[in-house]
Amino acid sequence: MEIRRRKNQIEMAELDPFLAELLRQIPACANPDAAPAAEERIFSLPANGTETELCAEWKVYVEPELRRLFQTATQTVAGDLEQLNGNEKNLANRTLRIPVKHADAWLNALNQARLVIAAKNNFTETELNDHLHSPIGSRRDLSLFQVNFYGFLQEFILREMECS
Amino acid sequence: MRAAYVSIFLMSVEPQREVAWPLTAGIAILPKDAPLSTIGAPTIEEETDAEEALDIPWQVVVHNDPVNLMSYVTMVFQRVFGYPRDKAEKHMLEVHQNGRSILWSGMRERAELYVQQLHGYLLLATLEKTC
Repeated sequence: MEIRRRKNQIEMAELDPFLAELLRQIPACANPDAAPAAEERIFSLPANGTETELCAEWKVYVEPELRRLFQTATQTVAGDLEQLNGNEKNLANRTLRIPVKHADAWLNALNQARLVIAAKNNFTETELNDHLHSPIGSRRDLSLFQVNFYGFLQEFILREMECS
Repeated sequence: MRAAYVSIFLMSVEPQREVAWPLTAGIAILPKDAPLSTIGAPTIEEETDAEEALDIPWQVVVHNDPVNLMSYVTMVFQRVFGYPRDKAEKHMLEVHQNGRSILWSGMRERAELYVQQLHGYLLLATLEKTC
């Protein structure tokens, strides 16, 4: 895979089917439904347990807003990922072009996905910092790789946003 | 601030004229029907500190999260609080090394708004009373 900035687009070229599939999974991975730990992390409390009134109001008024914000980001990303629609053979050496104006949505969706995967797998800090971990021998290893791959994309997008 | 208009008198080169603004920051707050002749100079209404003082002990705390990238957290601090990069990095490192950092303190409403923004970026942030 090659990743570069081209005018107003971030271009991921020569995507192999494996990485293309990981990209296509971003919107689904960002969904914390059916995983209480992930839901708890994505919609964390605004104060400690003693501020019950504040936390209750937050659930009613703020959480729906946040839910909408996160949904909008994943929908934008899902729209961009339609470029990768097709069967596995068609995914070989594909190019994904992300408009720079979608960079914030991508950062948000990638972060959602990373947090949800990490919460579902209960990754430790040591595991998350072990970037040399290999090979991928289990579903858990794959999830860890996914978190790191999405993190790499975030770093690239951040760097490009700083430069522009 | 219940006055209907906020008036600014331009007193330099031009003759006195009144510009009506929608309610904004505390400049000259005048009743709608105030006679112009009673006004000679701009009136600055200062916000009373009493209300703010009652509401002071709230702080915005960001907690460590091994998933969020350091560069991402720095960018969020710059965006939300308008901090320069070095200050944002200092807070990010404090979060990373000490587990938490106090990013801002002041009135509750504003602190809530900051926490909401930080949650929008998926950071672990809470409101806390200072004492």
